[in-house]
Amino acid sequence: MRPAELLGAYEQMAVIRRTERAAHDLFLQGLVKGTTHLAAGHEAIAVGASAALRADDYVFATYRGHHHAIARGATPEECLAELMSRATGLCGAKGGSMHLTKAAAGMLGSYAIVGSHLPMAAGAAWSAKLRGTGQIAVAFFGDGATNIGAFHEALNLAAVWRLPVLFVCENNLYMEYTAIADVTAVPRPAADRAPAYGIPGEVVDGNDVVLVREAVAALAGRARAGEGPAILEALTYRHFGHSRSDPAAYRPAAEVEEWLKHDPLDLARGRLLSAGVNDKDIAAADDRAEHLVAQAVAAAKSAPGPDPAAALTDVWADGGAAWRT
Amino acid sequence: MADVITYREAVAEGIAREMRRDPAVVCLGEDIGAAGGVFKTTAGLFKEFGPERVWDTPISEQAIAGAAMGAAMTGLRPVAEIMFSDFLACCWDYLANEIPKVRYMTAGQVTVPLVVRTANGGGLGFGAQHSQATENWALTVPGLKIAAPATPADMIGLMAASIRSDDPVVLFEHKALLAVKGEVPPDGHVVELGRAAVVREGADVTLVALASMVPVALSAAERLAAEGISAEVIDLRCLVPLDMATVLASLRKTSRLLTVEENPYQGGWGGTLVSIVADEGFGLLDAPVRRVAGECVPLPFADALEDEVIPTVDKVVAAVRGLAHY
Repeated sequence: MRPAELLGAYEQMAVIRRTERAAHDLFLQGLVKGTTHLAAGHEAIAVGASAALRADDYVFATYRGHHHAIARGATPEECLAELMSRATGLCGAKGGSMHLTKAAAGMLGSYAIVGSHLPMAAGAAWSAKLRGTGQIAVAFFGDGATNIGAFHEALNLAAVWRLPVLFVCENNLYMEYTAIADVTAVPRPAADRAPAYGIPGEVVDGNDVVLVREAVAALAGRARAGEGPAILEALTYRHFGHSRSDPAAYRPAAEVEEWLKHDPLDLARGRLLSAGVNDKDIAAADDRAEHLVAQAVAAAKSAPGPDPAAALTDVWADGGAAWRT
Repeated sequence: MADVITYREAVAEGIAREMRRDPAVVCLGEDIGAAGGVFKTTAGLFKEFGPERVWDTPISEQAIAGAAMGAAMTGLRPVAEIMFSDFLACCWDYLANEIPKVRYMTAGQVTVPLVVRTANGGGLGFGAQHSQATENWALTVPGLKIAAPATPADMIGLMAASIRSDDPVVLFEHKALLAVKGEVPPDGHVVELGRAAVVREGADVTLVALASMVPVALSAAERLAAEGISAEVIDLRCLVPLDMATVLASLRKTSRLLTVEENPYQGGWGGTLVSIVADEGFGLLDAPVRRVAGECVPLPFADALEDEVIPTVDKVVAAVRGLAHY
């Protein structure tokens, strides 16, 4: 990545980090209801992958998906407004934290049934292949998804149909509250399954935005050239618990400490400094991120709630919800 | 083309007509390609449209439904086959959680124009895991349209409407009707979703039926006519949209209602239908409503046992007699 590009990636990660902190704080203030699954710590995967994709590629994410929405072009304001049940939210407050979607930017949804979106990504890739557009699809998922049937069905279908789809596992070592190693037959829950489907399975440091970008670019190029799907397992770590109610007490303190030292923002900052970008420019990026998210919080707070009538819209393509005549 | 067509052939004909007019229509499913489907309901499609548009899948119902959804969200109009409707349970996440919800929970950012076709119902002795009438499963899910044709012409017309629909449609193809013959409808024949058909007019009692229960209701009506009871028979054709206007209009004439359902009484579609009648048409009724539906047991194997569970002409005739003399 050229320094300017890396600085842009850094700033995007800084925006995501601050958005997630804001979501956390707003939850504690009672302004976000339900639950949130924060992606602080996972930023480099979304930003690095996005930097390697075309604007018209398709992205499918999980309930831990705020970083993907932002990396694909959703604003912090749209995301936070959605979390805060505002009419100005990405999904008009009908989706919530777990379903952030920005279809106009190719971000085709965040799905909260574990593994369900891997077959969808295969289908979007199939569609791209049939339409001859050169697009690819990327499904981001957690390590926990590698033990559900849809993961395996999607991999096999994508392999036999040679689809332009990437399966990017954000392996943060824990499926909810349980260490993934305790419930998985192989050490690398995603990459080690790749040989069973005859596709590449690579492992990358998911906290290093440059390495993620390179790995995704290589596999995306391969997929676009008609060489089929691949798995990328990106190792990372949650800075918060699984969801809002989880203090993550099951994680050993030494492990947490070690991973916090391997922070994606710090890694990118180190790379920027080595590339000769000066401290002031990095601080300016941080300031811009801080300002953007502060503004987003203020705007979301002052935005109106949804019109109750919206509850009965958008079931059908005609915009309505009528089920009988 | 011959002037008659079987229900089985009408499935492939209905799909083929849409594939000819719209290159975005593609098919996927187990054994649907060169093999033409286990029920031969896709026979000829692979030959005419080739492997680029007719795709054999592994036995992976989640991959089939999920891939159809992803393709539908990105510009195609997939027609996915789930071989037996019992197997909808294997991909129920897609039917219950994904396909019907994604448009709503994204505030209309995406549409999912797909058809899930599936062979439904009993009568062929396939036993409990290949014979259920599962149309009521789909009826529990807001966001799915549901078609269940009873004739070859309706199969072609409803297939056209389902494939052209920008909403997801589950189309139930009844196994017991596959050999039924009927007229070939003209090109461009479309049966709008949510339009029931009055298939026999009558004055004394309204029988509302779906799919294979339509011929059962018609046979019952024929026998009842000999006894001086005039039964009107409505073929619902779709469960969503549900054409209550036609049902309520019929009750204005007959004041007596009987549903004929293959799905179990427990949770069957008639429960929803009669609740609307109780709510909006109570004043039209001169008798209690009756439902002849499947017994609330898994479907047994032997014919003699299956007949005990699925509504038969005898059961319908007996129920109507009771109702007519109420």
